[in-house]
Amino acid sequence: MARKLNLRIWRGDSTNGALQDVQVDVNEGEVVLDVIHRVQATQMGDLAVRWNCKAGKCGSCSMEINGKPRLACMTQVASYGEDETITVTPLRAFPVIKDLVTDVSFNYKKAMEIPAYAHPADVAPGDARMEQIDVERSQEFRKCIECFLCQDTCHVIRDHEENKKSFAGPRFFIRIAELDMHPLDTLKNRKRTAQEEHGLGMCNITKCCTEVCPEHIRITDNAIIPMKERVVDIKYDPARWLGSKIRKRDGIV
Amino acid sequence: MSGVFSPTRAKIKERTLRTDKWWLQPAITFGVLFSFVIYATFRAFENKYYFSEPLISPFYSPCLSTSCEPGSALSFFGQPFNNKYFGIGISPALFILIFPLGFRMTCYYYRKAYYRAFWLSPPACAVAEPHTKYTGETRAPLILQNSHRWFFYAGLIFNVILTWDAILAFRNPEKEWGHMSVGTLVFLFSTTMLWLYSLSCHTCRHTLGGRLKHFSKHPVRYKAWTIVSVLNHKHPTFAWISLFGVAGADIYVRAVASGAISNFYFF
Repeated sequence: MARKLNLRIWRGDSTNGALQDVQVDVNEGEVVLDVIHRVQATQMGDLAVRWNCKAGKCGSCSMEINGKPRLACMTQVASYGEDETITVTPLRAFPVIKDLVTDVSFNYKKAMEIPAYAHPADVAPGDARMEQIDVERSQEFRKCIECFLCQDTCHVIRDHEENKKSFAGPRFFIRIAELDMHPLDTLKNRKRTAQEEHGLGMCNITKCCTEVCPEHIRITDNAIIPMKERVVDIKYDPARWLGSKIRKRDGIV
Repeated sequence: MSGVFSPTRAKIKERTLRTDKWWLQPAITFGVLFSFVIYATFRAFENKYYFSEPLISPFYSPCLSTSCEPGSALSFFGQPFNNKYFGIGISPALFILIFPLGFRMTCYYYRKAYYRAFWLSPPACAVAEPHTKYTGETRAPLILQNSHRWFFYAGLIFNVILTWDAILAFRNPEKEWGHMSVGTLVFLFSTTMLWLYSLSCHTCRHTLGGRLKHFSKHPVRYKAWTIVSVLNHKHPTFAWISLFGVAGADIYVRAVASGAISNFYFF
C-alpha cells in the first residue's frame, strides 16, 4: 500500500546548491533508490543520480542518507519512521558534479599508484598453486565493490582536503593488505610504501570505514591494523629488525 | 574552508545531517573513561588501603617500593625502589602503573574510543571534526602508538603476576592454603578478563600468525591465529570488562583494607 514520504534532496552543482523538499509515493518494500527514481520520473526530470545494478553489487548509488554514507539501493525506506523525513545528499568527501553525483576520480588515481601483483619469476603463470587457507584471507578483501563509502566517511580526507595527496584511504589499504598477504606476491616494499607513500600512519583507526562497508569487510581489524603491525615490524621494532638481519629473511614467511 | 566545507563539495552548511543519537556513544565513553582516570589517579596517589592479607590491589601489584606494606611485596622481585626520591614521597603504584596504562593507551580499541570521545577526531562517523589540521599517527607524540607491542609484552608479565595474586587469594590471612573468599572470586574474575583482553589483542594476533604469508606452511601458528581471531572480535568487550574488573578488584581491596567491609570466607 502506497503512502506519502517526505524526502529532502540536495540539488545543485559545484557552484551552488540547496536541499529541496518533495513528497513522493512509497510502496512497501521499496528502497531509497526507488523513491529517488520516482521523484526523477514524476517531479524532477533533470535530477542527476548515478546507479547501475540496484542489487548492492556495483557500488554506483553511493550517497548520504540522513547523513550516513550508504548505498541507496540497499537502504530500505521502512528502516526509517513513517513520519521521518529522509534527507539524501551526495557524498560529502568528493567534489560534487550535479545533484547526487560526485566526482570520485580521486580513488582511481590512488588505485593507479599502488603497484600491481608481482608474480614469482621462477613460476610460470599456469603453474602457480595456493592452499585454500592462504587464499581465504585475501578473499575477504576481494569482496570490495568499490562503492567508496569507506573513502567518503574517512575523516582523514573527508575533513581535511589537503590530506588527499598523501593518503590513499581505507579502500586502498585493503588492496595493499591483500597484496602484502598474498603468498605468491614478490614485491618486497609494500609495507614501507604503505606507511611512507600511501599514508597508513595517518589512519587513527576510528573504524568508520568498517561501519559503513556494505560488504561487511572488516577493513580495520583485518587489513589496516595488520598492516600497521607489519609496518611496526620493519620500522619501529628493533628486535624484529635485528632478527631479520640475523636470520636473513624479511620477517614474512 | 576545508573538509566538508571545501569549495568543490556540495554546499551544505550543517556539519552533519545525521539524525540519530550519534553523540551518545562518545559521551558515554568519555564519561566512563574519564571517571576511571580520575579514580585510578586518586588511588595511585592515595598510597594506603591497598593490601589486606592475602589481597593486594592490582594498582599496586607488584609492590616494589621500600614503603610497601609488610607482606605485600613479592620476594621474587624484592623492593628495589625507595619510598622517596629528591625528598618527595612516591606511591608504590607510580613505579608500575605506566605499563598497564601504556598497554591500554596504545591499544587499538581504546585508540578508537578516545580519539572519538576525547579528541573528537572524529566524534562519530560522518560528523565533521573541529580540528583544522590532522596528521594522524605520523609524528610525535602519536607515533609512539607504534610501541603497543612492547606494552603488550609487559602486560603479559603483569598478567602472570596478577594471576599469582589470584592464586595467593586462596590463602587465609594467616597464609594457610585451601581457603576461598569473595576476594578470591573478585581476583579470579579480574585476572581472567585481563587474560582475555590481552589474548584478544591485535598485536597478539599479529605475533602469533598475522605476519605470516603462508598459513599452510605453519599449521600450528595458523590454528593459534584462528583462535585469537575469534577472541579478537570481542576485544572491545574484553577491554571494557577487564577495565571494570581491575577497578572492581581495587575497590574491593580498598573496602577490605580500610575496614569498611570484611572479606567473607566461604571456607
